[in-house]
Amino acid sequence: MLATLGKRLLTVIPTLIGVIIVTFLLTRVLPGDPAIYFAGPAATPDSIAQIRKQLGLDRPKVEQFVHYVSDLAHGNLGNSLSTGQPVVKEITSRLPASAELTLTGLIISLLIAVPLGILAAVRQGSWIDHMCRIVATAGVSLPVFFTGLLLVYLFYFKLGWAPAPIGRLDAFSTAPPQITGFYLIDSLVTGNFDTFLTAAGQLILPALTLAVFSLAPIARMTRASMLAVLASDFVRTARASGLTDRTVILTYAFRNAMLPVVTTLGMVFSFLLGANVLVEKVFAWPGIGSYAVEALIASDFAPVQGFVLAMAVLYVVLNLAIDILYGIIDPRVRLEG
Amino acid sequence: MTDTAVHATPAAAKPAGNSMLRHARYVVAENPVTGLSFGLFLLIALCAVIGPYLVPYDPLASGPAPLSPPSWQHWFGTDQTGRDIFSRVVVATRLDVIIALFSVALVFAMGGLAGIAAGYFGGWTDRIVSRVADTIMAFPLFVLAMGIVAALGNTVTNIILATAIINFPLYARVARAEANVRRDAGFVQAARLSGNGEFRILLTQILPNIMPIMMVQISLTMGYAILNAAGLSFIGLGVKPPTPEWGIMVAEGAANIISGEWWIALFPGAALMIAVFCFNLLGDGLRDLVDPQRRT
Amino acid sequence: MRAPLPQIEADAGIPQPLLEVRDLTVEFHTRRGTVRAVEHISVSVAKGETVGIVGESGSGKSVTSYAVMRILDRAGKIAEGAVMFSGLDLRAIPEAEMRDLRGREMSMIFQSPRLALNPIRKVGKQIEDVLRQHAQVDSDSLAAKAVEMLEQVRIARPRERYHAYPFELSGGMCQRVVIALALACRPQLLIADEPTTGLDVTTQKAVMDLAVELTRERGMAMILITHDLGLAAAYCDRVVVMEKGHVVEAASSEAIFKAPSHAYTRKLMRATPRPGITLRDLLPEGEATPVLTPATTVKASEAPLLAVEKLVKEYPRQGQGGSLAKLFSANKPVPESQVFRAVDGISFSVARGESVGLVGESGCGKSTTSMMVMRLIDKTSGSIVFGGEDIGAIPARQFATLPLRRRIQMVFQDPTDSLNPRFTAARAIADPLLRLGGMSRRDVRARCEELARQVGLPVELLDRFPHQLSGGQKARVGIARAIALKPDLIILDEPTAALDVSVQAVVLNLLQDLKDSLGMSYLFVSHDLNVVRLLCDRVIVMRAGAIVEQGPTEQVLVDPAADYTRDLLTAIPHPPL
Repeated sequence: MLATLGKRLLTVIPTLIGVIIVTFLLTRVLPGDPAIYFAGPAATPDSIAQIRKQLGLDRPKVEQFVHYVSDLAHGNLGNSLSTGQPVVKEITSRLPASAELTLTGLIISLLIAVPLGILAAVRQGSWIDHMCRIVATAGVSLPVFFTGLLLVYLFYFKLGWAPAPIGRLDAFSTAPPQITGFYLIDSLVTGNFDTFLTAAGQLILPALTLAVFSLAPIARMTRASMLAVLASDFVRTARASGLTDRTVILTYAFRNAMLPVVTTLGMVFSFLLGANVLVEKVFAWPGIGSYAVEALIASDFAPVQGFVLAMAVLYVVLNLAIDILYGIIDPRVRLEG
Repeated sequence: MTDTAVHATPAAAKPAGNSMLRHARYVVAENPVTGLSFGLFLLIALCAVIGPYLVPYDPLASGPAPLSPPSWQHWFGTDQTGRDIFSRVVVATRLDVIIALFSVALVFAMGGLAGIAAGYFGGWTDRIVSRVADTIMAFPLFVLAMGIVAALGNTVTNIILATAIINFPLYARVARAEANVRRDAGFVQAARLSGNGEFRILLTQILPNIMPIMMVQISLTMGYAILNAAGLSFIGLGVKPPTPEWGIMVAEGAANIISGEWWIALFPGAALMIAVFCFNLLGDGLRDLVDPQRRT
Repeated sequence: MRAPLPQIEADAGIPQPLLEVRDLTVEFHTRRGTVRAVEHISVSVAKGETVGIVGESGSGKSVTSYAVMRILDRAGKIAEGAVMFSGLDLRAIPEAEMRDLRGREMSMIFQSPRLALNPIRKVGKQIEDVLRQHAQVDSDSLAAKAVEMLEQVRIARPRERYHAYPFELSGGMCQRVVIALALACRPQLLIADEPTTGLDVTTQKAVMDLAVELTRERGMAMILITHDLGLAAAYCDRVVVMEKGHVVEAASSEAIFKAPSHAYTRKLMRATPRPGITLRDLLPEGEATPVLTPATTVKASEAPLLAVEKLVKEYPRQGQGGSLAKLFSANKPVPESQVFRAVDGISFSVARGESVGLVGESGCGKSTTSMMVMRLIDKTSGSIVFGGEDIGAIPARQFATLPLRRRIQMVFQDPTDSLNPRFTAARAIADPLLRLGGMSRRDVRARCEELARQVGLPVELLDRFPHQLSGGQKARVGIARAIALKPDLIILDEPTAALDVSVQAVVLNLLQDLKDSLGMSYLFVSHDLNVVRLLCDRVIVMRAGAIVEQGPTEQVLVDPAADYTRDLLTAIPHPPL
């Protein structure tokens, strides 16, 4: 098992190298000259040239790349030009907001999509099956930002049930003491129930938006996978042995059906990390997605670079975790190595 | 000499094409939703092709009555500068469909062929294509699209390119898997025995067998490409205003949702949803047509 | 062979049969309307009796058993008739009660044993699930009972194998586990649906002997569903013959085999390959055409057409438990060297006009050998000389476009897999003509029709696609394609394994006639010794990559020198003589 893990880690390295190179290339191609921005409105061509030299932008690209990689190795992602702060610091401070949002959305989605998919497969042709197919197709068709806006219109403007989409907390509350950075956990742990409720209220709509978005592929995959497994030979054997429906569906069918669903989770994560950016814009969520978008518009390349890199690394780690999870569920992968 | 026929007696001699049509009619009849999606597809195509000539107002012209709700003069209402939203939504169809069409065509050509070659020949071809696909897949795809468009500039061409690039791994993977499965199939071995060289086998034997599955992918990706372009436009990385495009129109209407002017964002958003929905249903219908065992 | 059946003491009056199927009709709802898979059939099975249901594909034999167990597909239902089990009306009882019966009173085993087991659950646990379900044992002793069951089905090291996953076991071992599952709760009736299909003939014998022994021990009744008459005859007390959803004959084994009354039964019996007959005897009476005089006779002095010398094929082993190793050996892979020798230095020859059989069980290397001779894969070492030329030296990739290609062709095992689903039959047959024959389009069409006539394929079927053709028709298309360029040597890789026995009879005769009229040589790869006996002049027996024995058919198959060959021959089930 450890050998398999080691081998997987090795394959991750060339991927990471590719990511670093691509990120570097992308951001060096960004239009707009940061030197001009940094120099200010009253700059002369000379001072601009000097600032460019200071920033190291006049060196050949290869040298810039070497600098970049050695900076990375020291955990230095550069400084944001707009705020002057180190990018690393800004990303780490804003990461929990995005993480809390994404995780909540994913959990809600799993809690709905997986049972829905299983039921749809078990009761093929029934109303639940049709509903599942409609939900799956509709969910995949809805643009995530549109869903967010619809939810805001419905639950905030029309029904007044949800608070205004102005971020993680309302105007009156203060953030709980920083333990994990997750407001829900921190406020509960420190006994701040009011803050907990406020944070939850602010969280519910954006999390639902993300949930609706990821519901579709998960439900669809669960249903398809369950259908395939329920038609397999070993389920037939289980039925012929007189095992109850519950045992057949849960112990025999479900565990086998979850394998493709687990691999789909990787793809779902990729979509979620992208959808995050859009949702954060709609709900004014102070996460890394909105951070990156603001920086992009200002041609501030260090934060953009840092964001893309962070996302890619996170994604690679997530995929590795999924592979490991897959290996735990499926002994064939483990033992055939 | 008689043969013992397989349990379902083969249809009495009919030209091969006819049974495909019968099958198609059966699928549509069994699943009316597929028929609906065909109808929608025609509507969208119509809007894209002749829509701009039929709309009542100039999509770029501001008017005297900004922020007015839907009425008989303005079916979908007007936006902040008094432009007619209905006209803008219809005209935007062409742009979004073009973006989707070209990016899908591009990725099919690049990714499909690369994937088939990788799956069939294996070795270095496979290694290189898989590496490229893995590198792209290492990024959250929308983030990568953002990065590419930001780096290269907000033009339609770049949006098409970015969409094609982020879909490359999917096509390459599917094509590779399909080619791999068929690489040593009986009929491929038989083709080798009949004197077909490797490239000829790839083009005449493998590709036609893979096409149906790729068609399904194409349809699904059309929907995804539209969503992608709209998403980019929403965060300001897509087409530039005042070009009518569904995503940008939703962005323009987003701020007004809170103040209750729902029509500015809703109609383009609904158009987006219907278009993507249509392509997804089409893809599902095609999948049923092509391979009933894989029915979702 | 089985022991004679002990006399069943009759109760006062006629003993009630354990299972009685009366006038059963099963319908399926398909896109072409309602199809009746079985119509008004009646079968009865007494306590402790072994009944064989024999039929070809489409006869409805499996559907009957699914209907009895009430595990029919969603699209199927019992339209008419009754199924009585120990006096219970199985059609009427609720599903919960039926579930109790399944596994506890009646159980079933299927084909493809490895697929029949949950791939990610230990086999011991799967047996426990069945035990727990029917509350036969208290929870502490579940594991012990499971191990006991594994012992009873003669699995070596049962305590260890309890923790094994299905992919770690061979096909034969998996089937034993499936039998353990079926017998765990001591049911009264075991239904075995083609349990030996896909297993080697020696494994087949072991599994069948085990099943019969265990059922006899426990006084269980067994229904054996099979297409193999020999199997039914060897293991069953009574035989029921089905054709196209109807029962055509039912009698004791002896009666059926000594004096079959129905024409279909007679046809089936005639078509079953067995020792002591010729090819023509396989065909129904009155349909045999005269035997052709071979176009070429085997001349002993002439140089052989094909000479294979010390041929070796090695595959790099992918670490212990690599998938390739599993592919090639039926048992647990032997953990050692870096390479796996699929073919270990074999030498043989095929003369002009000769038909040589290459036999062995799965994993012996016969398919690999035939692939190398075909030049579809490259050898590791050794030589392959064809018509005086060293074709082994030419890489497989390049061979396709050489003119030599047309002289060696192949008929594949699976007719469905070997035809491009998007090519019509005519296009498939025309492929070699277009690529290697250098003919014009018009000539090609004429030639296709000529070939179709030669192989007995009706010309109007030429424009059909494979999915519109029957198994036998697809096989003929494959043969037509192979002979299109009048090759010198044809390699036939189990060409009739996927066909019904009556179709096989016809195809084997066709193959013989074609060989004689066109003067070709055959290398006939098969696991079925009876078929080889009928078609081949010489036989080569392979095992684990090496040749065990080779020589004239009458010699090797009647009086073999090697023990392994003897084992193979005794393992073949045959009807009582």
